[in-house]
Amino acid sequence: MKSLLPLIFGMAAVTYLPRLLPLIIMTERPINPLIKRFLLYIPYTALSALIVRGIMETSPEIRLATLIGVIAAGMCSIYLSKGGLVLSVMASVITALLVLQL
Amino acid sequence: MTEQEPFSKSIKRGMITSVPLILGYFPVAMAFGLLSKNIGISMRDTNFFSIFVFAGASQFMALDLLKAGISTGNIIIATFLLNLRHLMMSASLSVRLKKIKRPWLFFIAFGVTDESFSVTSLTKTELRTPFLLVFYGLTYFSWVTGTAAGYLVGTILPTALQSSLGIGLYGMFMALLAPEAKKSLPVLFLAAFSGLLYVIISYFNIIPPSWRLVATIILSSGAGVLFLKDEPKEEEKI
Repeated sequence: MKSLLPLIFGMAAVTYLPRLLPLIIMTERPINPLIKRFLLYIPYTALSALIVRGIMETSPEIRLATLIGVIAAGMCSIYLSKGGLVLSVMASVITALLVLQL
Repeated sequence: MTEQEPFSKSIKRGMITSVPLILGYFPVAMAFGLLSKNIGISMRDTNFFSIFVFAGASQFMALDLLKAGISTGNIIIATFLLNLRHLMMSASLSVRLKKIKRPWLFFIAFGVTDESFSVTSLTKTELRTPFLLVFYGLTYFSWVTGTAAGYLVGTILPTALQSSLGIGLYGMFMALLAPEAKKSLPVLFLAAFSGLLYVIISYFNIIPPSWRLVATIILSSGAGVLFLKDEPKEEEKI
């Protein structure tokens, strides 16, 4: 197999630059309020899209477990209002495990 | 509206916050290490992927494309498209990182992943350097050591447990999103719009796969700017 170093460093560059440039450029100047609102909406739209993608594009044999695990985490996080992140993640892992054992 | 916290508490919170990510990353990284070994990539190159690229989805995609004999240039372009979502995430995070000293931003930027971005951007307390470095550092460590472990020993964990720990990362996304959506109607709108849009875009194959995520994020956040009046949360007005 030919050397993978050009690929690895090429991928590293195109991964690092999109992560770095906005931080370097945008922390320096004031932001237009409309753009600021757009940016503050991103966490929510990104999370939702990531969840949906995770369920749709995972391998078929674990799709149901993913769906149920996600629902379990969601319900758990709503009922445990404070500090429920770790417990909710555990709930999703355990439910997913149970579904996979069926 | 943000609380200041002492240095040591900031570090401790970084450690606690990283637990779900450490548990989720390690088995996924092991799967990467093992898969990479199985398609004939050397131990060094496998580790280099995780050390220098540190992007789960891109690394798995690269293995797929390598196996299919796709050229280096095309794999790099595909990686770039897939990672454009991080451009949006870093831009969003920049609103909250204005007080961080510039040199640290070079380290913090390296740690921006879907998971770390989600957790940090929904953290209510002010984002300070010690918290960010500990949190990002530990998640990176988990990814890198998981890769090496997967290459060396294969997957020691039973398959079902390994899949479940990976599913836990999606559970974490939901556990971050659901309480916010319950509290705030604009957040519910944004989440519903974005999720539905992704379903429509993929189901009808409107946009090529590598563009889908970033297109969904831009279009639905843009829809939020058009249709919503307020910022999602008071606390985020820094």
